[in-house]
Amino acid sequence: MKQLFKMAFRDILRHKRRSIFSAVAMGLGLTLLLMFTSFIEGEMRGSMATSIKLDTGHIQIQAQNYDKNKNSLLWQDLIPNPGQIADQVSSTLPVIAATPKLFASGVITLGNASSGVRVVGIDPSSPAYEPYKTGLVAGEFLQRDDNSGILIGKPLANQYKLKPGDSINLLVNTANGDVDQQQFTVRGIYSTESSSLDKAVVFLALPKAQAITQAGDHASIIFILLKDQNQTDAVINAIQAKGLKIVSWKVLNSFIMDFQQYADSFMSLFYLIILAITATVIINTLIMAVYERTREIGILSAIGMRSRSIMGVFFIESAIIAVGGIIIGWILGGMVVAYLTKFGFYIGNFGLTGFTTSDTIHAYLTVAKGISMTTLTFIVALLAAIYPAWLAARMEPVEALRSAQ
Amino acid sequence: MKVTNVENVTRVYKIGEVETQALRGVTMGIEAGEFTALVGPSGSGKTTLLQLMGCLDQPTSGKVFVNGKDVSTLKRSERADVRRGTIGFIFQFFALIPTLTAYENVEMPLLLNGLKSDERKTRVMELLQAVGLSERAHHKPDQLSGGEQQRVAIARALAPKPTMILADEPTANLDTTNGEQVMEIMSKLNKETGVTFIFASHDPRVIKYGRRVVQLQDGLIVQDTIAKTNKKGK
Repeated sequence: MKQLFKMAFRDILRHKRRSIFSAVAMGLGLTLLLMFTSFIEGEMRGSMATSIKLDTGHIQIQAQNYDKNKNSLLWQDLIPNPGQIADQVSSTLPVIAATPKLFASGVITLGNASSGVRVVGIDPSSPAYEPYKTGLVAGEFLQRDDNSGILIGKPLANQYKLKPGDSINLLVNTANGDVDQQQFTVRGIYSTESSSLDKAVVFLALPKAQAITQAGDHASIIFILLKDQNQTDAVINAIQAKGLKIVSWKVLNSFIMDFQQYADSFMSLFYLIILAITATVIINTLIMAVYERTREIGILSAIGMRSRSIMGVFFIESAIIAVGGIIIGWILGGMVVAYLTKFGFYIGNFGLTGFTTSDTIHAYLTVAKGISMTTLTFIVALLAAIYPAWLAARMEPVEALRSAQ
Repeated sequence: MKVTNVENVTRVYKIGEVETQALRGVTMGIEAGEFTALVGPSGSGKTTLLQLMGCLDQPTSGKVFVNGKDVSTLKRSERADVRRGTIGFIFQFFALIPTLTAYENVEMPLLLNGLKSDERKTRVMELLQAVGLSERAHHKPDQLSGGEQQRVAIARALAPKPTMILADEPTANLDTTNGEQVMEIMSKLNKETGVTFIFASHDPRVIKYGRRVVQLQDGLIVQDTIAKTNKKGK
C-alpha cells in the first residue's frame, strides 16, 4: 500500500502543472459549493430571523377567522380585549414581548401622488419594536397616546421627500366597510434591514389605529417574541386563549420554509452540475495518465501486480488530487465565505414590497454543511477515478507492452 | 524437470479483418537451469512464444505448462499470480518504472510477494550488488545509462527467486559493450543461481551465449540445437 501511495504521489508530481490545474479545478468546485451552500443557509436564516423580528414574531394569537392576507377589520376576524391576553402572556411566560397589533389597508396621498400601505397599529412602549426604535433615522418614535403621529419608512420618506413634522393624508379602510381619511404628522422615519418592508408599512399608535378603523378595542393579532425560540412549543401549550388560534413561527413563515426546501432541491442539482464538471477534469487527467503510462501498466502487470492494485494506484492519485483540491477549496472558499459572512452580499429588494427579506444576505456556513460538501467533493473525485482505473486494470499486459514498443 | 513446455501451440492475432498466424503449432520444453536462445528473424514468433511461456498471453490452441501446471486457460488474475512468484521478465526497452529508484524497482516484485521490510532490503541490495549497481541504488531510471537500466531490470527479474526469466531482445537497445555486459551477467547468474533463462534475439552476438539455440521461422521451430560450448568455451 505504501508503495502504491509512493507511485501515485510521484506520478502526480510527474506532471505538476496538470495535477495542480486539476486540484485547482476541484478547489474551485468546492469553493462554489461552500459559497452557495453558505449563501443559501445565510439567506434562509437571515430571512427567517428578519421576518420573526420585524413581522411575524415567534407566536401569534389570532381569531379563528383571521386571514393574514385580507387585513380584515370585521370584528369576528379580530381579537377582543387583546391587551388582557397580552398582559397575561407577558407576565406568566418567558417572552420578550406580547403585544397586540392591528392591521389595516391604507393609502398615503400627498398632492397628486399616492401609495398603498399596510397600516399597523402598535403599542409603542412594547420591547417588540426595539428594531424600529434603533432603526430611527429621523424624528422620534410614537407614543401610546399619540393621536396624530405616524411613523413611516425611509423609502417612503424619500419618495415623498418627507421629514419629521411634515403632514400626509392617510386613507384607511374601516370595520364597517367605509374609508376614512385623516391628516397625520410624520413623527419619525425608520429604517430596518428590509427596505421592501420599510416601503410598505406605516405605524400608528394602537388606540389611534383602532379609532380610525372603527375596530373598537380589537386587534388583529397578539404578537409574541420569545426569549428562546426553542421554547416555542412549550409557550404555545401554556397559552390560555379560548376560541383563538395560536400559530408558531414555522407556520407563519411557511413561505420561507417552503422556499428553503425548494432551494435545497434546486441547489442539490446545482451542486451535482458543479461536481460533474469537476469530475470531468479528474477523469480527463486520469485518462491521459492511463494512456501515457500504458507501458508502465504493462510492466506492473507483467511482474504480477493484480488488477485491483493497478486500479488502486489511480484511485490514490485521484484521492491525492482531491485532497489538494479540498485544501485549495478550504482556503479559497473559507476566504469567500468569511467575507460574505462579515460583509454580506447586497441584493436589494428586487422591487418587491411587503416582504421581510434582508437587502443584504450574510453567508452562514454550518460545520455539518462544510463537512458534507467536502465529503461530497472527495467522493466525487473517487467516483471520477472509476473509469480510468478500470481502463488501466483491464489492459492485457501483452497488449500494453506491445502498444508501448 | 521442465520449467515450461508448450504442446502444439498456435497463436493467431486478429487485427480488424486481417488474421496473422504468429505460431503454427509449436511443441517444446525447457528444463530447469537452461540458458536458451530463441532465434529467428522478425515475425518468426519468438516474442509470441516467450509471452505464452511467460503467461502474458494465451494460446489460440494447444497447451502451455509452467512448472507442470496448465496455464493455457487461466483467468487474468490467476495468470498474474503465476507470473508474480515464478517468472521474471526482461524487455528490450528498459522496462523500469520511471518514478521509482533502482532500489524501488527491484523491490516492487518483493512487495507484491509480501516480503518483510528487512528481508526486502537484504535481497534488493544483494541483487544490485550482483549486477554491479549497489552504488546507484537510489538513482531513478533517467539517471542511469541504458546498460545500467537493463541490469536493474535483470535484478528485478531475479528478485522474487523465479524459476525462469524470460528476456525479449535484452540487448536490442544497447551498444556492443553494454550488450556484452548484460549477457555476461545473465550467463553468470544462470550458473550461480540455477535460474532458467530463455531469451529471444536475432543478434548473432547474443545468440552465441545460448547453450541451447531454438530457431523459429514463420511460427514454427525449424532447428533446436545444444551448443557444445558458448563463446567463452564455458
